[in-house]
Amino acid sequence: MWLRNIVFVLLVATGLVALAANLFPKAAPPRVEDFQPSRFQDADFQSVVEKFNSAFRRQWAERNLHPAPRASALTIIRRLSLGLTGTIPSLQEIRQFQAYGGPEPIQWWLAGILKDRRYADYLAERLARAYVGTEDGPFILYRRRRFVSWLSDQLMENRPYDEIVRHLIADQGLWTDKPATNFITVTIENNKKPNPERLAGQVSRAFLALRLDCAQCHDHPFEEWKQEQFQALAAFFGGVRQGFTGIYDSNGVYHMEDRRTKKKIVVEPNVPFLPELRPSHGTLREQLAHWVTHRENRYFARAMANRMWALMTGKPLIEPVDNIVADASSYPLLEQLDILAEDFAAHHFDLHRLIQVIAATEAFQRSSCASNGFVDGEYASVLALSPVAPGISSLPWGAMYLTAGELTPAHVQTWAVFPLTPLRPEQMVGGLLQSASLQTIDSESHILVRIATAAGQNEFIKRYGDAGKNELEPQTGTLPQRLLLMNGKLVKEKTEQGIFNASSRIAMLAPDDKKAVETAYLAVLSRLPTAEESALFEKWLAGTKGKQRARTLEDIYWVLINSMEFSLNH
Amino acid sequence: MHPFDHHDREHLLGRRQFLQAASLAGMSWLTPLGEMLARQAERKRQPAQSLIVLWLAGGPSQLETFDPHPGTLIGGETKAIKTSVKGVQIAEGLPRLAEEMHSIALVRSLMSKEGDHERGTYFMKTGHRPDPTVVHPSIGAIICHELPVGKTEIPRHISIFPGAWPARGGYLGGQYDAFKTYDPLGPVPDLRPRVPPHRDERRMESLAVVDRAFSRGRASQVRSFLIDDQRRAARTMMSSEQIKAFDVSLEPEKQRLLYGDTPFGRGCLAARRLIEVGVRCVEVTLSGWDSHANNFEIHKNLNEILDPAFAGLLRDLRERNLLDKTIVLCAGEFGRTPKINPASGRDHWPTGFSVALAGGGIRGGVVVGATDPQGGPQPEDPRPAHDVHATILHALGIDYGQLRQTPIGRTVRHSIGTPIKELIDV
Repeated sequence: MWLRNIVFVLLVATGLVALAANLFPKAAPPRVEDFQPSRFQDADFQSVVEKFNSAFRRQWAERNLHPAPRASALTIIRRLSLGLTGTIPSLQEIRQFQAYGGPEPIQWWLAGILKDRRYADYLAERLARAYVGTEDGPFILYRRRRFVSWLSDQLMENRPYDEIVRHLIADQGLWTDKPATNFITVTIENNKKPNPERLAGQVSRAFLALRLDCAQCHDHPFEEWKQEQFQALAAFFGGVRQGFTGIYDSNGVYHMEDRRTKKKIVVEPNVPFLPELRPSHGTLREQLAHWVTHRENRYFARAMANRMWALMTGKPLIEPVDNIVADASSYPLLEQLDILAEDFAAHHFDLHRLIQVIAATEAFQRSSCASNGFVDGEYASVLALSPVAPGISSLPWGAMYLTAGELTPAHVQTWAVFPLTPLRPEQMVGGLLQSASLQTIDSESHILVRIATAAGQNEFIKRYGDAGKNELEPQTGTLPQRLLLMNGKLVKEKTEQGIFNASSRIAMLAPDDKKAVETAYLAVLSRLPTAEESALFEKWLAGTKGKQRARTLEDIYWVLINSMEFSLNH
Repeated sequence: MHPFDHHDREHLLGRRQFLQAASLAGMSWLTPLGEMLARQAERKRQPAQSLIVLWLAGGPSQLETFDPHPGTLIGGETKAIKTSVKGVQIAEGLPRLAEEMHSIALVRSLMSKEGDHERGTYFMKTGHRPDPTVVHPSIGAIICHELPVGKTEIPRHISIFPGAWPARGGYLGGQYDAFKTYDPLGPVPDLRPRVPPHRDERRMESLAVVDRAFSRGRASQVRSFLIDDQRRAARTMMSSEQIKAFDVSLEPEKQRLLYGDTPFGRGCLAARRLIEVGVRCVEVTLSGWDSHANNFEIHKNLNEILDPAFAGLLRDLRERNLLDKTIVLCAGEFGRTPKINPASGRDHWPTGFSVALAGGGIRGGVVVGATDPQGGPQPEDPRPAHDVHATILHALGIDYGQLRQTPIGRTVRHSIGTPIKELIDV
């Protein structure tokens, strides 16, 4: 009996300690210990960023477009967090950022993200969608979670991208032991062998941003791909089999059926272009892997640069993200994409470098707002105050403003303003959960916090509507999304009065009404309120106490989470 | 000759007999005119206005539903029963549907190339095979896109008990996705504000202030995402009388019993209520048909749910004069193997499976195609499954074959099938 009592007391004590630990979290560790700002100031880094920026400036000058000013630093770090970790900066992180007084603050912030497990996990899931989709795939033969966690490990180590892709295309072995082979096994149908056509389609689409699979059944109507090119690409996978040792390469060949005669014809493996880059040694898949990832195969670097740009901004430089056709001279932004791609290839496909370059560009850092604080078409009067000089390209940031008149589609197309894009469901729920906690929710968080987070997340994502592997295609808002945000359970739970919820903590801890409103804005929208907003919500809070005050903050939180601003990457 | 062709004949004869009678009455000179008028009247038949899909998720066995082969090696223990249409038999578990057979058309020879649940579902819901280059809209999304909105204040595309792959808007856009809802006994999710009216009002008013602040300098871009429109639509829905259409507790008990008081039956009843307020497509899912083991018991149990719900729906629609305007499609992603496996189950079978269609001008009592009593893979008079989509779209007056562009410039047709002429005038 006494033993049971002691166990009970111990349990209660542990519970209390855990609760206390959660209520009074330890001071956050420093974000980055070995940050080297000089890396971002050297000529190698600066020259590529400058080359990229001037390509845009030239286009704007040619089309007489005047770009939006630079976005606020907080807006920029919000974009980075959403794009690379799928959530918004926590209040704790914002305070860290504000306290940092050193050089290159954006790169300093980004360095913290790149060593955060959330980055690797998040990016791994995004890439997995491009590589293997979201389907469950063949039972037993396919382990998607193993695949994603393997990818995440590679990203955490910042393994060169070409190496990762070579594993995906050419690895042999069991899908549990060599998780990269799940790229192959996902295409197994009816327990037979991997499907060469699907693999060829995936390789061309995911790694080269070419839709060669459109030529699967017929020559492509308006691109140069021929059916036989696609079949020859599929032939690289003609000998892939699965057995006791997992995926292996047999001597099998690839047949295609002649549509008219119904005869089976053996197809020789062949690459659709640049045959000189294909090595003569190794298995067929190894040969293909080396050809795909060859430094001089510019489609490879382009595909990733375009995808990374899309992940970080919400919109690819060239749309759709996986179709940069062979004759690409008609794309206005191909020059910019190639600048990124060439730098990526020249630096051994270093993903960190690619991300850092993108983050440093003016286009990434530009405001999504025509001109601070003026409605489209209403800001002509400011122009008198800030005349645009000829030869804008030599001007520093702040001196450039949009001309009078409407914000045109051309501004959006040429990144003269940062384009708005709807947040994806995982970003919405990530932002919602983070805004409800003043501390950062990451792999360091309490296990209970993380479990509760995961459970709420899945239900929300299902109801919000997940576009699966097409998540980078343009989306619009839906009615169920609005209902879910206005009346849904998770929003209620995360905004309502409660000891763990940010709204109640702000109600309790903020020294005055003004600070309370400011804190809520920072935690949810990563910005300070406008004068009008401040006045409105301070009036609500004036003279409130206890529960009433907590309820008022709940209402403010609800409004901010339901705002269009919260639903859009901006 | 096909064993069931005579139904079709009979129908045609009916019209001809009428004209013959007219000529016998001494108006033979009017015959050509009469024929012309008859044809015109036929063409002027109002197209159907809505679609109810009874989705049998998992792939129902044609042999235990609409295409039994009793007494054969493949037939198993399933017996067949007579129906209200002479010469047409269906499985014994569906007695009430047997009574409705004069309203139902069966296609027993559907062909698909998709034997996987996800891919098969995609194919049967959209009429297109999965294609990495484009996401096709489900048939309900097409209907909502093509037909006018009218006075409907609630979503016009609804999925009751959405499974893993509910109907999608595809390239038409997320606003055409089916609105997901569950057992109509419970409330529709997320329709009620979580705070009292005075707080709700205050919240909405201040939301406008925050949105205004954000829209400054980016109004046209913000508008393009329809967030404001969708929020307004959501508020309209929240306060609309039409949401009562979801609530089957407002129906008399007799009516609920007609459908069988099961979740699926209630879903079918809600579907009828929903199309009454102008909803274009309701998908009601009954899951669990994936009978790799215990096929016969599984089908016996599920048929007990399906039979009263489907038959009750048809009767109810007819009594309310809605059957002419409403197409009912009962289908799953594929059929099941004629061969019975050692676990007394049947596996996936996409060649030669059945769907049932009724209402909206579809000829009842017709049977198209026949499967091999020996279980061979090639049915008589095979029909590609996407002919079902062409048939339905045609019955709704939608130009299914017109070439269209997706937002990314890909050329598509709403259906690449051909309407099944035995079921509908083409």
